[in-house]
Amino acid sequence: MKDNVDSYVTKDGRTIGPVVMEMKNITLRFGGVEAIKDISFDIREGEIRAIIGPNGAGKSSMLNVISGFYVPQDGEVWYRGAPRPAMKPFQVAQQGIARTFQNIALFEGMSVLDNVMTGRLTHMKSGLMSQMLWRGAAEKEEIENREVAERIIDFLEIQAIRKTPVSRLSYGLKKRVELARALAAEPSLLLLDEPMAGMNVEEKEDMSRFILDVNDEFGTTIALIEHDMGVVMDLSDRVVVMDYGKKIGDGTPHEVRNNQEVIDAYLGVAHD
Amino acid sequence: MALILCPEGQPASVPALLHRNAKQFANAPAYREKEYGIWQTWTWSQTRDEVEALALGMLELGLNEGDFVSVIGRNRPSLYWAMMAAEMCGAVPVPLYQDANAEEMTYVMSHCGARFAVVGDQEQVDKILDVKDELPQFERMIYLDPRGLRKYDHAALDQYHAVQEMGRKNRDKHIKELEARQAKLNYDSTGVMLYTSGTTGKPKGVVLSNRNVIETAKSSSQFDNLQQSDEILAYLPMAWVGDFIFSVGQALWTGFCTNCPESADTMHVDLREIGPTYYFAPPRVFETQLTNVMIRMEDSGRFKKRLFDYYMGVARKVGPAILDGKEVSFGDRLKYRLGEMFIYGPLKNTLGFSRVRVGYTAGEAIGPEIFDFYRSLGINLKQLYGQTEATVFITAQPDGQVRSDTVGVTCPGVELKIADNGEVFYRSPGVFVEYYKNAESTADTKDAEGWVATGDAGFIEPDTGHLRIIDRAKDVGKMADGSLFAPKYVENKLKFFPNVLEAVVFGNGKEECTAFINIDLTAVGNWAERNNIGYASYQELARHPQVMDTIQSHVEEVNKSVAQDEMLSGCQVHRFVVLHKELDADDGELTRTRKVRRRVIEEKYHDILTAMYDGSPQVSTETEVTYEDGRKGSIKATLEVRSAAVMPVAHKMAAQ
Repeated sequence: MKDNVDSYVTKDGRTIGPVVMEMKNITLRFGGVEAIKDISFDIREGEIRAIIGPNGAGKSSMLNVISGFYVPQDGEVWYRGAPRPAMKPFQVAQQGIARTFQNIALFEGMSVLDNVMTGRLTHMKSGLMSQMLWRGAAEKEEIENREVAERIIDFLEIQAIRKTPVSRLSYGLKKRVELARALAAEPSLLLLDEPMAGMNVEEKEDMSRFILDVNDEFGTTIALIEHDMGVVMDLSDRVVVMDYGKKIGDGTPHEVRNNQEVIDAYLGVAHD
Repeated sequence: MALILCPEGQPASVPALLHRNAKQFANAPAYREKEYGIWQTWTWSQTRDEVEALALGMLELGLNEGDFVSVIGRNRPSLYWAMMAAEMCGAVPVPLYQDANAEEMTYVMSHCGARFAVVGDQEQVDKILDVKDELPQFERMIYLDPRGLRKYDHAALDQYHAVQEMGRKNRDKHIKELEARQAKLNYDSTGVMLYTSGTTGKPKGVVLSNRNVIETAKSSSQFDNLQQSDEILAYLPMAWVGDFIFSVGQALWTGFCTNCPESADTMHVDLREIGPTYYFAPPRVFETQLTNVMIRMEDSGRFKKRLFDYYMGVARKVGPAILDGKEVSFGDRLKYRLGEMFIYGPLKNTLGFSRVRVGYTAGEAIGPEIFDFYRSLGINLKQLYGQTEATVFITAQPDGQVRSDTVGVTCPGVELKIADNGEVFYRSPGVFVEYYKNAESTADTKDAEGWVATGDAGFIEPDTGHLRIIDRAKDVGKMADGSLFAPKYVENKLKFFPNVLEAVVFGNGKEECTAFINIDLTAVGNWAERNNIGYASYQELARHPQVMDTIQSHVEEVNKSVAQDEMLSGCQVHRFVVLHKELDADDGELTRTRKVRRRVIEEKYHDILTAMYDGSPQVSTETEVTYEDGRKGSIKATLEVRSAAVMPVAHKMAAQ
C-alpha cells in the first residue's frame, strides 16, 4: 500500500491525491446487532474506492456512516483533516458529498430535468420571495443552474428523456437519472450504493463507462458499493471487503482477489 | 479577401461560396445545433470565422494541398465545417459512415491515403487507433468531444477547439498561405470525395469537383425554388452524397440554415422543434413513421379513432388533388378544411411536418399507400432519382406532377438516354470526375462523351416524359422459359406490406421464382401483442404459423398483381421462407444505405436456396452473425418452406 505518500500516479495516468476521508475504528450498533465492528479505512482524493461483501455484510450501513446519515456509537469519521461532528443530511451535502440510493429515490412524478435540478438546490442562494417573483438573482441563478444540469444531461446521454416523467423510465435509466442528480450537486465525494444492481450486461457496461468518465472528467472521488465482483475489479483503484460487519480485506483489486479470507467469504466457508 | 469567381461570375469553389455568404447573409443563421437543451446558432459570418480558424490550425499542423481528410461522426456543424476547412487548405474531405466497422474504415482510409481525420468522439478515435497500423499514411486526428479522451496519448491527437485556438493564434503566420491556397481553387478542383456503398465489390471513391457540387446545388435549388429562409434538418449520414449536397452544397448556394439534432435519439423531438421547410428521408423513415401513427391510432379511444378514419378517408379522396391545385368541389374543400383543423394539422405537427414545403424521398421505391398518405395530408412529398456519380440529381418530380410509380422528369441540365438493353444513361454538369485510383471502373461507367451508365433498367413514359425504373440492370435476367426476371419489381411490391421489412427474390435462369422474407418486428410485434401471442425473439415470431399464414397471403396478393403484367408475369413467387435473422449491414448482407447485396445473400444462404428448389418442406441451417462490437456468434434454425398460390398468366395487360 501507498499509505505514506501524499499522492501518486496510477498506471493509466490518473493522479491519486492525499487522504480526504478516514474511518477510524467505526462501530455501529442497532440495538444488540453490531452492523459494523471496529472498521478503519481511508478514501483518497480522486480515487474510485469500492466496498464489497456478501449480503448483510454491512456495506450499506458503512455508506450511511460515510454520508453522515448514521452516527456510529464508537469511532470517528475524519473529513479533510478534521473529525466530523454529527450532522444533518443537508449539512453533509453542503460539504460536497452526494449519493445515490440502492432503491431508487427519485421524484417519480417529476421530469428528468426537474429531478436533476433538485440536485442544484444547495447551490441556490436566492430567497423565497425572489424565486416566487422570478426577479433578479433568482432568474440569473436558475439559468446558471439549468446550464449545469444540461451539461450533466449531455454527459450522461439522457437528452432524449429530458422532459419525460421519471415514472415512465426503465430501471436502468432511473439509475442513470439518480447519478445525474447526484452529479448536479457538483460533489467532491460521490457515494454510489449498488449503481449496477438489477441491470443487464449492456446497462452495466454503460454505467461503468459513466463512472469512469465522471472520475476522469470532473476528478470526483467515488466510493461505491457493488455486488458484481467483475465490475468492481475493473473499476476501482482500491477495495475494502466486508463480511459480517468486519473488514476482512483492503487493497488493490489484485491484492484482494488473492486474499484467502475474501475467497472464503465469497465462496462460502462454514463460520464457527 | 477577394472571391474567386468562375466565368459566369459566380463563386467557383465551396470556400468562395462561404466567403460570399459571410458577406451577403452575414447575420442570417447558417448552422444550428441543439446542445445543452438549447438551439445554438451560428450566423454565416461566424461560420466563416470558425471554418477559417480551423483551417489555419490545420495548416499549423502541417496539412498539405491534395491531402485527404477523413471526417467521421454524426451530423454536427463542426464536422461540416471541418469539410469546408479541409477545402480551404486545398485538401480533399472524405466523409465516412459513422457506423462503419474497422474493416470498412481501413479500406477507405488506406485507399485514399488519408493523412488527417476529424472525428466526433471517443468511439471513432478508438476505431481509428485500432487500425492505425494498417494505415501507413495516416498521421493526425482531431476530435470534437473530449469526453473519455483525457488520458489518451496526445502526440498525434488534438481537440477541435484547441486546433481552432492554435489557428487564431497563428493567424498572421498562415493567413497569406491560406488565401493563396483558396485562390488556386477553381471549378475543376476537387470539392469532395465520397465512397459509394457498393452493392457489389469494394467501395469506390467518387471524386466530385466544385463544378459538380455548385452546378448541381444551383440547378436543384432553382428547380424547387429554395429560399434563403428555408430550414433543413441534417440527420442522414454525412458520408452520403445527398447529405453533402443538401447540408453543404444547397445550404451554401441558397444560404439556408442547416439544423443538427442533439443526438440520434432526439431526432423526432428536434424535428418538431425546427419544423423544416425542406425535408428529405428515405422511404423507410416514412414507412416507420406511418406504422407508428397507425399503431398509436389503434390504441386510441373509439371516438378519436372514428374521427381519424373519417377524415383520413376525406384526405385520401381529395387531399392529393388539392395539393396539385386541381378542381375540387366546395363541399369536399370544406370537409378537408375541417379535417385540417381536427386531424391533419395536429398530426403534421406531431410528425414535425407542419412547415414542409418541399419533401423528397429517394433511394428505394416507396409504397403507393405510404406516399399517398403523406400527400393526402397536404405534405408536398415528391420522388427523385439520383446517385453519387451524378451528384444526386438525375430526375425529380416537379410540383403538380407527382406520382408514386415514376421518379420524375430530368432535372435542369440533365440529358437522358435509354440503351437497347433498357439501361438508363445520363449526362449532366453533375457527372463525377472519376473513381479515385480506379481508371478501369471509371471507363466502364463513363464514356468519352460523358454519358454515365446508371446500372438501372428503366423507360421513359412517352406521353409524360417521366422516367420509370424497373430494376438494377445487372439483376434483370431471364427465367428458364425465356420470360423477363426483375426481382426488385416483385420485392418492392412485397415490401409495400407493413409486415414485410425486406424481401429478396431469386429465380434467374430457374423455372420458378422464390423469395426470402424478413418480417417487420414493429408491425408484426404489435399485431402479436394485440392477439396475445407471446414471443421472445425475432426468430420465434418469424416462425409462428399465423405469421407465416399472413406472409403467405401477402405473397399471394403480390402474385395476383404481378400476374397482370404481361412482361413480368413469370416472376410470381412460388415458394418462400421467412428468414431466421434480419438482414444486416454488419453481416455484409446490406450496404450501409440498406440496399440488398444479392450475391452475398445467395452465397451465404445457399443451403436454404437449394431447399427451396428441391422440394424440401423445411430446412435446417446455421448462420454466423456479427454483433455491433465486432464479436461473432451463430444462429441455428429450422425454417419452413411455404408454397404460395400462383395465378395463371394473363395474356393481355389487364386494365388498372
